[in-house]
Amino acid sequence: MRTCLIVDDSRVIRKVARRILEDLGFDVAEAADGAEALSWCRSTMPEVVLLDWNMPVMNGLEFLRGLRMEPGGQGPKVIFCTVENEVGAIREALESGADEYIMKPFDSEIMAAKFAQAGLT
Amino acid sequence: MRPEDRDLVAQLCAARSGQKVDPAKDYLMETRLGPVARREGYESTTALMAGLRASREDRLIWAIVEAMAAGDTSFFRDPEAFEHFRLVLAPELAQRRQDQPIRIWSAACATGQEVHSLAMVVDEMAGQWPEARFELYGSDLSERVLEKAQSGLYTQFEVQRGLPIRSLIRHFEKADDMWVISPQLRQTIRWRRLNLIGDMSRVRGFDLIFCRNVISGMIDPARHRVIENLAAALNPGGKVLFGADEDALTSGEALRPMEGARGLFALASDDRAAA
Repeated sequence: MRTCLIVDDSRVIRKVARRILEDLGFDVAEAADGAEALSWCRSTMPEVVLLDWNMPVMNGLEFLRGLRMEPGGQGPKVIFCTVENEVGAIREALESGADEYIMKPFDSEIMAAKFAQAGLT
Repeated sequence: MRPEDRDLVAQLCAARSGQKVDPAKDYLMETRLGPVARREGYESTTALMAGLRASREDRLIWAIVEAMAAGDTSFFRDPEAFEHFRLVLAPELAQRRQDQPIRIWSAACATGQEVHSLAMVVDEMAGQWPEARFELYGSDLSERVLEKAQSGLYTQFEVQRGLPIRSLIRHFEKADDMWVISPQLRQTIRWRRLNLIGDMSRVRGFDLIFCRNVISGMIDPARHRVIENLAAALNPGGKVLFGADEDALTSGEALRPMEGARGLFALASDDRAAA
């Protein structure tokens, strides 16, 4: 089964996203910050990462840049999922290697559409 | 709403715009007509209908018919249709009509996502076909939705339905909590209020018409009328793209189905001219 790693410091967001992604057919793993997510990726590279921006310890952008430097780190599709909704922030995320971008709040329809645009459904 | 009021709404929709409205759908009517009642100063939809019966005011009838016609739409809805446009239809047109503008019409464009999606595709193709001049048109029955379409303003929720993020930042700007489509793209589109079952004798000269998910919601005589009107609006060699599930609704008429995309039709008279 395809694996999606949800990286978000909010337990509620992780829970909501998990339900939607399981309905889309993903096997879901969770991490509460970028550092935890990076260690997870070093042991098991997921197919896709759903990534919050603002998190303690290591934020989403730092995680993404770190991930892309790892062996095999170019593989996973990365979809940001964040309250950051300014054009400059979106541009920075894409330039750092993000594939798609979801602006919170989201629902299942938006999530499904964004995963489809990233070629994941 | 009272059953006789729901029957009246269904009759008005059938007569004015050809829409097939099920009088049993009380919730749908309440949802659509509640805002009309509030806007017009009535305390309920029942009061709105009583006011309509008393005044028979044409403006009020249209407000009701237009509210019932509001359809669901999103950017790049049914992506296969836009892929076919990008890969096949638009390049064909660009090659065939190098000396004349290529006229594309989004019929029943609602709040404009379809025609704006077409404008984005055309803009992104501009480098490939520098000689081609695309003219885009959007029409709808409802003045209110056309106003929104023309404004090019969409909520964050709307821009996230179907629009890839790279297209968003390329073609839109942030405007407070909303997103507005770029003036460059907006100025490529012309808008007009149009009833597809009305007199369209002056609507002519189109190379491609998008009319998706419209005829399936119409009563039979109105559907035939729309198909005739769209066929008459096409240039020789022109095509109409209906919804993917609307293939069977046009059989034996002025249009014939084409291979390549579901819902794609060409003029039946083109066959006769070629024969």
